Amino acid sequence: MTQPETVLKRTPLHAAHVRLGARMIPFGGWDMPVQYSGIVEEHRAVRGAVGCFDVSHMGEFEFRGPDSLRLLQRITTNDVAALQVGQVHYSLLCYEDGGIIDDLTLYRLADDHYMMTVNASNIDKDWAWVSSHLGSRVDARNVSEETGLIAVQGPHAERLVGGLADVDVGAIGYYHFRRGQVAGVPGIISRTGYTGEDGFELYLPAARTEQVWERLLAAGKGDGAVPVGLGARDTLRLEMKYALYGNDIDETANPLEAGLGWVVKPAKGEFIGRTALEGVRAAGLRRRLVGFEMVERAVARHGYPILHGGSSVGIVTSGSYGPSVDRYIGIGYVPTALAAVDSAIAIEVRGRGQAARVVKTPFYPPRVKR
Amino acid sequence: MATYPAELRYTREHEWAKMEGKRARVGITHYAQDQLGDVVFVELPKVGARVTQMQTFGVVESVKAVSDLFAPLSGAVVEVNQELAQQPERVNRDPYGTGWLIVIELSHPAEAEKLMSAQQYEEFLKTAGGH
Repeated sequence: MTQPETVLKRTPLHAAHVRLGARMIPFGGWDMPVQYSGIVEEHRAVRGAVGCFDVSHMGEFEFRGPDSLRLLQRITTNDVAALQVGQVHYSLLCYEDGGIIDDLTLYRLADDHYMMTVNASNIDKDWAWVSSHLGSRVDARNVSEETGLIAVQGPHAERLVGGLADVDVGAIGYYHFRRGQVAGVPGIISRTGYTGEDGFELYLPAARTEQVWERLLAAGKGDGAVPVGLGARDTLRLEMKYALYGNDIDETANPLEAGLGWVVKPAKGEFIGRTALEGVRAAGLRRRLVGFEMVERAVARHGYPILHGGSSVGIVTSGSYGPSVDRYIGIGYVPTALAAVDSAIAIEVRGRGQAARVVKTPFYPPRVKR
Repeated sequence: MATYPAELRYTREHEWAKMEGKRARVGITHYAQDQLGDVVFVELPKVGARVTQMQTFGVVESVKAVSDLFAPLSGAVVEVNQELAQQPERVNRDPYGTGWLIVIELSHPAEAEKLMSAQQYEEFLKTAGGH
């Protein structure tokens, strides 16, 4: 079978995945594990015990210097001035028209030192955008290739990471981080994640990431720790209605209709996209990103039309079976008039409308540390 | 159980057929269920529907993928595995047993000659089928 001659990038854990017998797939230009034992089993392991994810493909940019704050206030939508050293926040890069370039997390490492984590498939686009806005007093570096990233997620995550770390990880609050060693490797221990479970994301030197991965899986073995692929990462985040860039949000979506208005802070002052988003807010939202569950038995998928009164009124952006809720669930854009909980909609599946209804989200109660 | 039982006949689309007199029981192979991963939804025809050899008769969906089902043989559907609506994972756990899909009353039993033996199917998987 012929394959296009594209060279897929590999994370520092690629060889480890192959040894574990993972099924590898191309994802955003990377050769990534989609599953090891099976998506549903891995999903349940994260909800019930702990799972380790290779997310080293994600990008990291560092910003240093006296104008870092000014730059980040201008290019991101959240209020960076409110971010304390040791704290993380979720934020967005937007174009002038309010369209979303990417979603991201921003770390304040020191007074004039920040780290931005971006989606793997957007690294080049984001870096070009960031670079075009740099002033002279900001030293920005794309450290994506030298940085490994392991997410450890689930109710046993604190026990697992705590047992290998030289700092008290129990004292790290949600969306906070500390520098410390894990399995003897220095890095950033961040209490964040993309699953709705308690857990950590460990930023590590790429060359030593595999050492930490092996130790995590070995140390956690008796406690239910398993490697988890991108397949379960997707079902876990879907049950939380966490947006996935490229599926639920993109350059054609604005943060307000996507339900991300909570990270848009016009009160902080000028930023790119502010005027457009203030206009959207004033005019009212035409559509909204909502969660729905299927009433009739069918699986909604990305790109399927959302119907109301027999005509197409919106689009499914993500959909699957939710293993923890044991329902067929999805998220998509609907007109504001249909965004209320219990609104009756239909999803067009293979040419037929299948009944669905708008539900409260997250679909599954998050158990992150508060 | 053998990965590809010798008493079954196989299609290039990874369905199996078990001849039961003038009827054939139909399912998907071990290879197909393994490639799909966790099956979460199966859409099957109603009893009485006509199916045609190598035409689609339903859909199987895993967490990640939607896949058409192809009829190994032509005829009328006389049984449908209703258990799969509630327990689609049976297709993964027991693809040749409780994970069967439909039973067809054959209209052209001679079509079975066009299907592969287990040995031919395994050979096929090693070459063209192993995508």
